[in-house]
Amino acid sequence: MQRNPQLNANGELQHLLSIEGLPREVLLQILDTAESFAGVTEREVKKVPLLRGKSVFNLFFEPSTRTRTTFEIAAKRLSADVINLNIAVSSATKGESLLDTVANLSAMQADVFVVRHASSGAPFLIARHVKPHEHVVNAGDGRHAHPTQGLLDLFTIRHYKKDFTRLTVAIVGDILHSRVARSLIHGLTTLGAPEVRVIGPQTLLPTGVEALGVRVFHDMAEGLRGVDVVVMLRLQNERMRGALLPSAQEFFKHYGLTEEKLAAAAKDAIVMHPGPMNRGVEIDSAVADGPHSVILPQVTFGIAVRMAVMSIVAGN
Amino acid sequence: MRIHIKNGRVVDPASGRDGVADLFVSDGKIAEEFSRADRVIDAKGLVVSPGFIDLAARLREPGYEYKATLDSEMAAAAAGGVTSLACPPDTDPPLDEPGLVDMLRRRAKALAKARVHPLGALTVKLKGEALTEMGQLTDAGCVAFSQANAFIADTQVLWRAMQYAATFGYAVWLRAEDAWLARDGVAHDGEMATRLGLPGIPSFAETIALGTLLELARATGARLHVCRLSTAGAVELIRRAKAEKLPVTCDVGIHHLHLCDVDLGYFDSHCRLDPPLRSQRDRDALARGAAEGVIDCLVSDHTPVDEDRKHLPFGEAEAGATGLELLLPLALKWGEAQKLPLAATLARITSHPGAILGVRAGRIALGEAADLALFDPRAPLRVSPETLKSQGKNTPFLGYELSGKVRYTLVDGNVVYEA
Repeated sequence: MQRNPQLNANGELQHLLSIEGLPREVLLQILDTAESFAGVTEREVKKVPLLRGKSVFNLFFEPSTRTRTTFEIAAKRLSADVINLNIAVSSATKGESLLDTVANLSAMQADVFVVRHASSGAPFLIARHVKPHEHVVNAGDGRHAHPTQGLLDLFTIRHYKKDFTRLTVAIVGDILHSRVARSLIHGLTTLGAPEVRVIGPQTLLPTGVEALGVRVFHDMAEGLRGVDVVVMLRLQNERMRGALLPSAQEFFKHYGLTEEKLAAAAKDAIVMHPGPMNRGVEIDSAVADGPHSVILPQVTFGIAVRMAVMSIVAGN
Repeated sequence: MRIHIKNGRVVDPASGRDGVADLFVSDGKIAEEFSRADRVIDAKGLVVSPGFIDLAARLREPGYEYKATLDSEMAAAAAGGVTSLACPPDTDPPLDEPGLVDMLRRRAKALAKARVHPLGALTVKLKGEALTEMGQLTDAGCVAFSQANAFIADTQVLWRAMQYAATFGYAVWLRAEDAWLARDGVAHDGEMATRLGLPGIPSFAETIALGTLLELARATGARLHVCRLSTAGAVELIRRAKAEKLPVTCDVGIHHLHLCDVDLGYFDSHCRLDPPLRSQRDRDALARGAAEGVIDCLVSDHTPVDEDRKHLPFGEAEAGATGLELLLPLALKWGEAQKLPLAATLARITSHPGAILGVRAGRIALGEAADLALFDPRAPLRVSPETLKSQGKNTPFLGYELSGKVRYTLVDGNVVYEA
């Protein structure tokens, strides 16, 4: 098996492609660094000079508002130059233009590529082809990974719950298509969370998901019993068109998070969502805006976490 | 040309012969001993085997010359000791018209290397809708009918195609994969695909389709050859079908005997194969099934792919691996792991596929055509883009050191390769 392509020969983070395979120390380094940046985002002058003179290219082959924006803010707060490229491409030429695009941008002296792509593994392909001083940060690839989202989820959980080793965490909904779920599961198991649950119908759970170290539940009431953290996943509308689910209404009936269902969780449970939310499909407004919700702080923490990641891979 | 092959270890799986002996070739055939040879080949330390027979090698002509040409791939076959090969009909256009088949055979013949046996398309354009003119295609030289990696989703069409083929005694060579269950899938549906976030093809996509094929073979009496088994479940279904004397044969690709889904590693697109690499359990069952004879033969499933189509994210990359030159070393590696005698290993790439092909090839006997492969079973073979003759450099084994190097390849008594 090849060496983990994210780490250099000294075991330091060269690219951030996936949380899977990253040692606990690296995860903690990122979270601790993010902690130190959390203060920066509250100051009047919200900048540090760590990436001054460096160029960050946001390469989004798939549309995104929130993730792209937070990456942009994070890079600017590190004093980097940010170039945004929204590349809408036909699927037929996607791949060729992928490596070609990267080669061209590389010729313009890029330091960091932030990449989102609809195909699982695309950032790995790019990482194999960039120059040694260039760094790739995965901003979401297919169903595979969304490591900065996973890290900001971990940051949020640590912020409110302090210690991972006593937590029960439930991830609810469309696990099958979710890169967010995969990244968070790897992060939680690496940091020692004793019980990670996934809750959903069989049609939305990938084959052999237990092997990732999770317990599977199909029933919300059972799955949420006593949990400290509830992570709701976004359910894309297109899932209703195939044979995965009969309707949004029926999904909400079984798996939509209401105050009533949340009552099974621990009294001080927090509710998270990677956004964008479908109110009334996976989550009820009363919960999304209620006292357990930490959905908006997640977004704020996302900036500090992305600053931490970029400063660690590309800082001096 | 009269050739005297001296002191080689002659292994003929068909007759069980295995021993050091001299071999004489005259007029393209294995001959009685003679004294005045035009050429003497010293085969000391080499195995003299019937030339290898590969039931699945894509030559990419017509239509995909940017991936490979007859020239490059026939050179690869010669370097791999392959003297007869069957090529699937998934060219562009597909081999569904006698004229195309005829042209391919002439072009191949002119190169005077391996014997090329085209498989005709079972349905027009491989679309799974209308039957091809199987009679005329047979006259043009097709040895059997196939859908390559395309599937007949409409079971009514499949049933009729097998009935029609059975009427005239044509063999049908089909892969077992349910097109609906496999839709959008790019990897074995299991733990690895779940980790990598790749859409999966479940094992039962193969066993369900195989159940259908076997049932239709039973009903129609068609001679069925099942191509590229990939699951343990399929091996069991074939075992049972053979136990009830159903006239069914099958093959497995050499990659699937050695690799499994874990080898995808970090999205290695060289491991994007069709059928997909499955679990370790499946791999072990295939290797055992081939050793026990449930699986009749090993094929290279040779599929040269140009670099641009492999330098893509895993799911978008074109499936397939180059294999003609790895058939021998990977067969030897498998045979060794299964503790098989050399003759038994070689049977899987000589006499067994020869019998399925229904041609006179794959044996060393007086009067038979001198199609031979002389190889050094222990010589190291480093797999690299520079050493591969095939235009396709796409193989999961790049950088590996394997054993088994072909030194001479003879077709019709002519030396078509030596190294």
